[in-house]
Amino acid sequence: MTGVRTGRNLAALLLAFAAAVGGISLLEGHGILNPYWIQILQLACIVTISAQGLNVVYGHTGLFSLGHAAFYGIGAYTAAYLMKGWGGDSQLLFVCALLAGGGAAATVAFLIGLPTLRLTSDYLGIATLGFGVIMKVVFDNMDGFLPALGGARGMTGIAKMTTVPWALFGLLVSTLVVRNLVHSSYGRALTSIREDEIAAESMGIDTFRYKMIGFVTGCAFAGVAGGLYAHLYRFLHPSNFDFFKSIDVLMIVVIGGLGNMTGTVAASFGWIFLLEGLRFLLPPEYVELRWVVIPVLLVVTMLLRPQGLFGRWEFFLLRARGER
Amino acid sequence: MEYFAQQLVNGLQIGFVYALIALGYTMVYGIVRLINFAHGDVFMVGAFIGLYGIGTYHLPFAVVLLLAAVGCTLLGVLIEQLAYRPLRDAPKIAALITAIGVSLFLEYFTSLKPLFGPNFYSFPRPFEVVSREVWGITVTNIQGIILVTTVLCLALLQFVVFRTRIGKAMRAVSHDHVTAGLMGVNVNLVISFTFGIGAALAGVGGILYGIAYPQVNTFMGFMPGLKAFTAAVLGGIGSIPGAFLGALIMGQAETLTTAYLSSTYRDGIAFVILILVLLWRPTGILGVSRTEKV
Repeated sequence: MTGVRTGRNLAALLLAFAAAVGGISLLEGHGILNPYWIQILQLACIVTISAQGLNVVYGHTGLFSLGHAAFYGIGAYTAAYLMKGWGGDSQLLFVCALLAGGGAAATVAFLIGLPTLRLTSDYLGIATLGFGVIMKVVFDNMDGFLPALGGARGMTGIAKMTTVPWALFGLLVSTLVVRNLVHSSYGRALTSIREDEIAAESMGIDTFRYKMIGFVTGCAFAGVAGGLYAHLYRFLHPSNFDFFKSIDVLMIVVIGGLGNMTGTVAASFGWIFLLEGLRFLLPPEYVELRWVVIPVLLVVTMLLRPQGLFGRWEFFLLRARGER
Repeated sequence: MEYFAQQLVNGLQIGFVYALIALGYTMVYGIVRLINFAHGDVFMVGAFIGLYGIGTYHLPFAVVLLLAAVGCTLLGVLIEQLAYRPLRDAPKIAALITAIGVSLFLEYFTSLKPLFGPNFYSFPRPFEVVSREVWGITVTNIQGIILVTTVLCLALLQFVVFRTRIGKAMRAVSHDHVTAGLMGVNVNLVISFTFGIGAALAGVGGILYGIAYPQVNTFMGFMPGLKAFTAAVLGGIGSIPGAFLGALIMGQAETLTTAYLSSTYRDGIAFVILILVLLWRPTGILGVSRTEKV
């Protein structure tokens, strides 16, 4: 029975994936979507993957992280370095490079998590913020030991590997993995830590271990997303991974509703398209005005819906089995 | 050796400015548990009040300091009332995101042409810079002014918090705002007062920063704000002497890194120290740890 349902769901998802890829390439072919918007669409998918990661870290496990962009950067630089050195234009090696980027981010997350995950709430936030600033300094200076990475001048010569199917595939897989994780016994443990760490501990949950699982998983997502980003824009600069980028992802997760997968997807797309859309809506000499408009929207959203746009409502495919 | 001593003096100069900003962070966090990201931008507005007061209107330095304190107090209270007060009972993260929103708004709104504008401006010196050699170390009158102003502000703050009625109310609200309210403390007033006093110190800090590092623009508040906040956490957030101590450590760490390693590592070193200290004392050097009760 469940096997049939899983199969049916999988078929529906694959169909939706094929329809989305087909639809977008059709629109592109007819010139309705120009390459610029195609690129923005891919960026939105990539940001969603990273945001799903932070959603696991902060939304589900309750670990306040202000350094998510550092892991995004680690993934981006790792994947780009590997592809540039050995990858050529092989699709298979591209997947390997993305996974290596995720793996590198996860490894660093594990090492950072060992000491810092013992800290609580705001202190963890400050420690991860500090880690983000340190990583930015490392990115700025790393051409000293690996000249190919470019340091503060930026890294160039990265192959264009990220395409619409890859971006959408990453989006789909990341959302599915998060869904299955959240509704598993691991996910329940993570949520219990967010709700009340002391109660979770007294129920026999090894809180440190589960916090580590949540943190490492979320950061691995950021690493994979970083790899896709590197091969979309073909240029990496340390300023792409500074504190503001961490804040961007945090805002997306909070606006969507903490722990809400539907909200994260919607807020990522809304955020990216709002940023780019305002470029066209505002007269060219007032483009900077978007950073006046956006904070106002942000503050108003928070005042009206402090629980996020979607609150606890989930898209039906993302709900737990049997939940209405 | 003289080079080292000179760097220590330079480190004190930036450390004292960080201290003025850090005090605002530590008091606001102590009372409402909010990382007030907009605080660094209040500091920026203070610097701009100085820029106009000294450069355009040629007011006396003391008057400009006072104006900046008053102007920033109004701004701080306004931000608190409009943005943070409606969210006081909402999840903490909503207030934090709002604080980031207010910060971005202040930076970009003031960088519009009719306001301050997006350029870098050189900060006018209100007086001649006099430098003097003491045991081979160059000391300037600017450093003297920064030292005296900061110590005065700190003493005033200690007096307000520990010797006055409103200070007692502040301590009560920081301890437990619900109970303080039940005891007849006007919680809203106390919170507004705290934001105001923190903003006033940031405004003064903005001017001192301007005369010491004479280049200002509307995005100048971000990094000093972040570092001052880190300093407050380092010293133990909520503690006034802690913020002061943390800021001094921060200033020294930065100057010594620039002097002996490379200025490219400057922004990183402070955070390395922070993480190490948090591992050793999770609530900061002078912070008090609270045991969690079920």
